[in-house]
Amino acid sequence: MSDRSQLISSGQPFTFDSARDAEFERLIKRYPIRESMIMPALWLAQEQEGWLSTEAIAYVAERVGTYPAKVFELATFYTMYHLKPVGKYHLCVCRTLSCYLREKQEIVDYLAAELGLRPGEVSEDGMFSLEEVECLGHCGTAPVIQVNGEFHEEMNVEKLKTLLAGLD
Amino acid sequence: MEVKILSAKFDIEDSHRLEVAKKHGAYGTLEKLFAMDPADVIEEVKNSGLRGRGGAGFPAGVKWGFLPKDLDKPIYLAVNSDESEPATFKDRYILVRDPHMMIEGIIICCYAIGSHDSYIYIRGEYTSQLKILQEAIDEAYEAGYLGEQVAGHDFRLDVTVHRGAGAYVCGEETALLESIEGKKGQPRSKPPFPAVVGLYDCPTIINNVQSIASLPFIIEKGAEAYRAYGTEKSAGTHLFGISGHVEKPGMYELPLGLPLMEVLNEVAGGVWKGRQLKGVIPGGSSTPVLTPEEAHTVTLDYESMAEHKTMFGSGGIVVLDETVDIVKLVENLIAFYHHESCGQCTPCREGLGWMLKIIRKFIAGDGREDDIELLLELCDNIEMKTVCVLSAACTMPVRSYLEKFRHEFESYINSSNSDPVQSQAE
Repeated sequence: MSDRSQLISSGQPFTFDSARDAEFERLIKRYPIRESMIMPALWLAQEQEGWLSTEAIAYVAERVGTYPAKVFELATFYTMYHLKPVGKYHLCVCRTLSCYLREKQEIVDYLAAELGLRPGEVSEDGMFSLEEVECLGHCGTAPVIQVNGEFHEEMNVEKLKTLLAGLD
Repeated sequence: MEVKILSAKFDIEDSHRLEVAKKHGAYGTLEKLFAMDPADVIEEVKNSGLRGRGGAGFPAGVKWGFLPKDLDKPIYLAVNSDESEPATFKDRYILVRDPHMMIEGIIICCYAIGSHDSYIYIRGEYTSQLKILQEAIDEAYEAGYLGEQVAGHDFRLDVTVHRGAGAYVCGEETALLESIEGKKGQPRSKPPFPAVVGLYDCPTIINNVQSIASLPFIIEKGAEAYRAYGTEKSAGTHLFGISGHVEKPGMYELPLGLPLMEVLNEVAGGVWKGRQLKGVIPGGSSTPVLTPEEAHTVTLDYESMAEHKTMFGSGGIVVLDETVDIVKLVENLIAFYHHESCGQCTPCREGLGWMLKIIRKFIAGDGREDDIELLLELCDNIEMKTVCVLSAACTMPVRSYLEKFRHEFESYINSSNSDPVQSQAE
């Protein structure tokens, strides 16, 4: 999301759960150098916790065998890594070319008004976060949004109403 | 006009499942493949005229030929599934509707170039697509099409999916390699080219998903059968993504060489809402725009696009209707490339930000006549002065809008000047 310069502590120790530990061990055999595991490990950590805390970054560095600064560098460079908690429902609206031409602004404006959020914000109850993102690769069914990674295509206000009603 | 070569299985229910795909011929080329000499496989692909479908259009077989001979290092194949050029959404169909065609293509390519380790770099946003692809790979391992002995032959092949995390620049092939190596996606200076010094400093071939997925047809039916589609220099078929202001946007497989306007009118239903055409972006957001006059004479192949001073690119065609505000469209594009700059080269990192500030000045009503010249000058000073072509991917189209739709930029200036009192009050 917006500020990508700081890490936040969760106040809790971090370790992979057993499923993610097994996936880490499966994947590390596929790469000739351990650093290649930084991105996959960051994904595993984010899937588990929803975001990447100071503790998660330090844990990934330890598991991979590198410096926390190196892991932090990648976590800030790649914008899909969340450096602070996002909402239970994380809504991403595509803002680029074809979605722009197919009136993505109506989608952004409706969601912003309905959720009381500006893009980049998380609702106070932690239920929703809203983000405008670059091209999502669904230009033929524009405008599109993602809710927790799941695509919703050919969106309009009516479909948004139904979608939001189903999120609780 | 539509053909079904790559998309043959796309409409079949559960075509992503091995069981279903096999019924429709998946992995059918492997017996023939392993009876061939790898050099003959490369020759067949060269003869097919298959060109890289990621955007650059470089002949695939020729690229493979750049690998050094008898080097005592592993050779890698990286499959570029980053697909993040705005208006490009074709590879996604292969990933979810026929992943086994791509895996079969990977086997063909790796056998030809002598590689035993392949990485598929998929963009982070493709979540459900990643799941389907990984399931297909798991099925292929279980069925013995991947692993220690591919289809019972003495040939090991491991395929690993590496997930990106939201950086457009990782579609650039050396940034993609950096990313797999666990670094920021910042492109490398070339030469050396990846075929010589690539992933983990080893010889590496990087091919687009659609290029790889074209291989089973070429090996099964032969180069001539592939050449039966398309033109002399632009052979075969392409998955075109048509979006923007058309009645029937979507992905269509077409032979190369068809007239653009015929495709837009007959396949994509024409400009929507009965409106007039203002322009066409022919191959992804980085390709220079075509005016309606140009759109009426261009054909969908690499040569005709070059003659029209634009590029075939990724086959992502965007239609702009008469209501499009070109200045605001350009703002949208510059904002994209500025956001996606990796920050490595000053002209790109700072220059695209400067261009964005200027275009926003126009929109705010503060544009000045010499700002148009300043933008053009910036384009010249940014382009080709950076390690990779991301900056040019912004300046080339921006220059085309400034040249072909200059009056729209001027009207922003004139309207802001028309009532100086009011604009001061604002």
